[in-house]
Amino acid sequence: SIADGVLTDSVVEFRRVGKVDCDQLAAAPARMTAAAALVQVLPKVGVMDPTAQSAEQAIADLGYAGTRVRTLRKYWIAGLDDSRLAELGRKLLANDAIEQLVVGPLGIEHLPSGAPYQFELKHVTLTGLDDDALMRLSKSQQLYLQLAEMQTIQRYFAERGCEPTDIELETIAQTWSEHCSHKTLAGRIAYRDENGERRFESMLKETIFAATKQLQAQWASDPTRGDWCVSVFKDNAGIVRFDETDNVCFKVETHNHPSALEPYGGANTGLGGVIRDTLGTGLGAKPIASTDVFCFAPPDTPDDSLPQGVLAPRRVMNGVVEGVRDYGNRMGIPTVNGAICFDERYLGNPLVFCGNVGLIPHEMSFGKPQPNDLAVAIGGRTGRDGIHGATFSSAELTHESESLSGGAVQIGNAVEEKKVADVLLAARDRGLFNAVTDCGAGGFSSAIGEMGEEIGAEVWLEKAPLKYDGLSYTEIWISEAQERMVVSVSEDTWEELRRLCESEGVEATAIARFTPTGHLKLTYHGETVGELPMSLLHNGRPPVVREATYTQPAVTPFEAPRRGDYTEDLHKILGSLNVASKEWVIRQYDHEVQSGSVVKPLVGIHSDGPGDAAIVRPKLSSRRGVVIGCGINPRYGDLDTYHMAASAIDEAMRNCVAVGADPSRIALLDNFCWGDCEKRETLGSLVRAALACHDLAIALEAPFVSGKDSLNNEFSYFDAAGVKQSIAIPPTLLISALGQIDDVATAVTMDLKRAGSLLFVVGLTHNEMGGSHLALVNDLTGGDVPKVDPALSKRTFAALHAAIKQGLVLACHDASEGGLAVALAEMAFAGGIAVEADVAAVPFRESGSLAAEYSSDYDRMAAALFSESNTRFVCEIAEEDAERFKACFESVPHAMIGRTFDESGFRLKWNGVRVVESGLASLKEAWQAPLRMG
Amino acid sequence: MPSPRVLVLRSPGTNCDEETAEAFRLAGATTERLHVNRVLESPSLLDEYQALCVPGGFSYGDDISAGRVLGNQLRLKLSDPLKRFRDDGKLVLGVCNGFQVLVKTGLLDIEDSAGPLATLTWNDHGRYEARWVHLMATPGESVFLRGVEQLELPIAHAEGKIAVRDDAALDALVSQGRVVLRYCTPDGGEANGFPANPNGATANAAGLTDATGRVLGLMPHPERFLFATQHPQWTRKKAAGGFDPNSDGDGLALFRNAVSYFG
Repeated sequence: SIADGVLTDSVVEFRRVGKVDCDQLAAAPARMTAAAALVQVLPKVGVMDPTAQSAEQAIADLGYAGTRVRTLRKYWIAGLDDSRLAELGRKLLANDAIEQLVVGPLGIEHLPSGAPYQFELKHVTLTGLDDDALMRLSKSQQLYLQLAEMQTIQRYFAERGCEPTDIELETIAQTWSEHCSHKTLAGRIAYRDENGERRFESMLKETIFAATKQLQAQWASDPTRGDWCVSVFKDNAGIVRFDETDNVCFKVETHNHPSALEPYGGANTGLGGVIRDTLGTGLGAKPIASTDVFCFAPPDTPDDSLPQGVLAPRRVMNGVVEGVRDYGNRMGIPTVNGAICFDERYLGNPLVFCGNVGLIPHEMSFGKPQPNDLAVAIGGRTGRDGIHGATFSSAELTHESESLSGGAVQIGNAVEEKKVADVLLAARDRGLFNAVTDCGAGGFSSAIGEMGEEIGAEVWLEKAPLKYDGLSYTEIWISEAQERMVVSVSEDTWEELRRLCESEGVEATAIARFTPTGHLKLTYHGETVGELPMSLLHNGRPPVVREATYTQPAVTPFEAPRRGDYTEDLHKILGSLNVASKEWVIRQYDHEVQSGSVVKPLVGIHSDGPGDAAIVRPKLSSRRGVVIGCGINPRYGDLDTYHMAASAIDEAMRNCVAVGADPSRIALLDNFCWGDCEKRETLGSLVRAALACHDLAIALEAPFVSGKDSLNNEFSYFDAAGVKQSIAIPPTLLISALGQIDDVATAVTMDLKRAGSLLFVVGLTHNEMGGSHLALVNDLTGGDVPKVDPALSKRTFAALHAAIKQGLVLACHDASEGGLAVALAEMAFAGGIAVEADVAAVPFRESGSLAAEYSSDYDRMAAALFSESNTRFVCEIAEEDAERFKACFESVPHAMIGRTFDESGFRLKWNGVRVVESGLASLKEAWQAPLRMG
Repeated sequence: MPSPRVLVLRSPGTNCDEETAEAFRLAGATTERLHVNRVLESPSLLDEYQALCVPGGFSYGDDISAGRVLGNQLRLKLSDPLKRFRDDGKLVLGVCNGFQVLVKTGLLDIEDSAGPLATLTWNDHGRYEARWVHLMATPGESVFLRGVEQLELPIAHAEGKIAVRDDAALDALVSQGRVVLRYCTPDGGEANGFPANPNGATANAAGLTDATGRVLGLMPHPERFLFATQHPQWTRKKAAGGFDPNSDGDGLALFRNAVSYFG
């Protein structure tokens, strides 16, 4: 009756019922004619299995309480021997990090449950260890601390006259981890480049953060503007002002290492984590939109070229997309913006950036724990999943990471988080807590350690609800099990909070008190298992000065292919993976839940053109909207990370401005993903990018409000000859932009709207072919990297915004990868409108570096078509509005280059001679084919 | 006009409750979002409402299959109060996950002595899909679809394909006028596979009514097209002239019909 009542749908399914090890369950389906082997994949003990949990609930509803459920996938495979089965099973069907593979019938012994935990207080001996022994300990215990840090810890305990307990050592390692403290970028750096040497006490504070401070001071003294930054670089997300009653917050996180090992779970919990950042901002913000940006190796990388320990890129890509899909869709948060970059160097280290935007009332934007408040854990139970995630993220990935760090990999349970979000926001509105934070990296250790930083805390570890028996006190403390939040609650409101949580089936447990002692005291059933001063945790880390150097690579000239016709180049660029349509991903994401959708990720007559930025209206009673865009181009970083960063900022902002965002109200986020920053050149290239962030933020008056870094993105392995090889990712900076639009009804999309319009190009085209997609598809190198002229950029954004606000712009698209030719083509096929334009008319910039000089007319033509110069837009303007449009651009280079027609052609000319000619359908097909999934 | 009271039912994983409540409110109803646990504790709460809506989302994670756990809860524990609710002349609407739930409650009259005639199962392509569709309405008795002929709405689901037990089951549903919404082409023609029919539903069926016309289940989301600026081509309509950003979206008609039924 359980099978019929709960598990099967008789219209489309049939059932088999039997004992775990019975023959009937192992028998192949009748339609399999050949003899087939049975392969079963089931989650390892302790791995989240949401379906099993829900099934237990449903069976209880049926009247059978207390059942235990496990789920598994079964495959019957014919024609393979057992060893091939196990190998292929591991490669294609299961992931060792979280699943076990059983070939042949399942036995009850495959379904073990946890054993009870026997308490034993453990100490770690530091006394007498030399430097080598300290470093061995750091690695073997997965602390991943540096020598100076291990020595500081050794000295501290020598002075205290004792050895640390294991939990004390773990607590320090979590708090001092790169992930939690950002010690590299927030630390001291001696930087040297072609302009000389500069010493930073705190690199991020003196660059990105300083720029925001300067802007805030500038605005505060200007009564026409006012400071619209509310909370920057402090909370879990940056907060800026939205309207008279509400603020908006934004955070983007990375989840790279977990996604490399288990793409689905890594991406799944990556999005779950950043949503908790929103919930943990101020007194809790309501998540209103998500973004995701991925960097993968090309999906067609042959299997036999993969180093040991690397998952096939196609499997990584599919898993990551599914992970984001399943979490975001279940949470009911629209995923509205994103990008995917491809480069071979992401093979061992794919990058997964997950972002979330929240809405929060002004008066809820700050929280503060009060002395003697209770720390209450809300949401999921604590398990052995996610042990050492924080410290693991500071380590280099190797071919052994999968077995070593399997515990760092998790599967999320989005519905648990949705339940938590529901009660948390209800509790916020009833004023039931004083502060909130999420349990992310480091688990309770980080959450309670950070909340109690200025007060102190006493923790009762045995009170934490567990998923199963067998966890030690240390595992409870550092587990990064998902879907948990911690709130700081006064005794007066605790009972009401408890009842509210209970009424919606959410577990809430007081596990600590913020005792005003200045100490962190950890107890287990009354026994003290660790005690540390908060000052050691938060201020005791030894300062390390890191060296950073940047040497500019020599610029070599770029020679454009000399052709009379560039149609094939345009087709190739449209079909290159970075440019090609990502529709198969976008359609798997719910981008309209919450009903605020105004500009969707796909736009145009058939809803399949690439929108520039998304617009969402977070309050259905108001026409004010938030605009979300992003900029990323690792190809430019190979030439100069300063200009890569500047270009990414320009791209993120121009995406927002293109759809109608007010350029004076754009907040930015930085996400640095770099290789091993203990290498001075690697760190130097990062500092250089941070300098650009500082300069551009000030010049464009676009403040950075939060950010995150992920360093050590290198993968090492032994090649066939037994030689150690290492792959570092290209320096990758994601800039995310959160814009605002006064009235969403003024928004513009990129698809051409009608025949008989004029086409204008706004902005200056330079001979900047370095890192271009024309170079990529022709396998060419050389050329100048695109730069940004911030003063011109600011004028251009303001002029375009004025034109859009006056309703003069029918369509607008920015030029990025592939330049003007790609922008024009995308506008044409998205709108189903023909284009004829002469690109010799675009405003050119003649001077520049030696490499920028045009050696032939071909170079000039190639630049007009394909140069990726920044701050350029293509606008469709009605003929009768042309004069008013031009009047907006008096101080900005612009030119009318063509017209739209009511047929299906696409023709670009150079001084009257046709150089590109194609049908719209074949352009669109070139763009859609590469990443189209069945 | 009197303001009917509408209960928008929440459960763990429901995520379209706020905008669905907003849709009813815009149409003139008084709405309340209530957790299913409250109704399970005191089923008599239902007496206070004239309409019940089970909104979209992933109730209980859609684990096992979409809507299964919540549908079971309603069938096992609230069967009589819900039947009474409908038989009292009140309205029931299930959108997307809410439709998946209704299919399992018995309120849609899609069972015979041999079991269910129809169900909702995986899209033909096996994935979650979000896209806008064109729909043709044949309202018959359906209160919600009165006066509606053709409309555009978005779908967003993985398990939204209406499947029937056999041809006889389909004949029964069609002949009783129960298939009140079908996917169609932009010009109102018969959908011939993907993408016009986004999930492979039998007979292009997108929504079903019960025998009384007072219960409607549909996969597309009417609450996602309340405002003109939600339409995927609104900027094209604006460029063509005569666009009013304050005009209604197609979906609002269903909620207005529900409210005016009590007028």
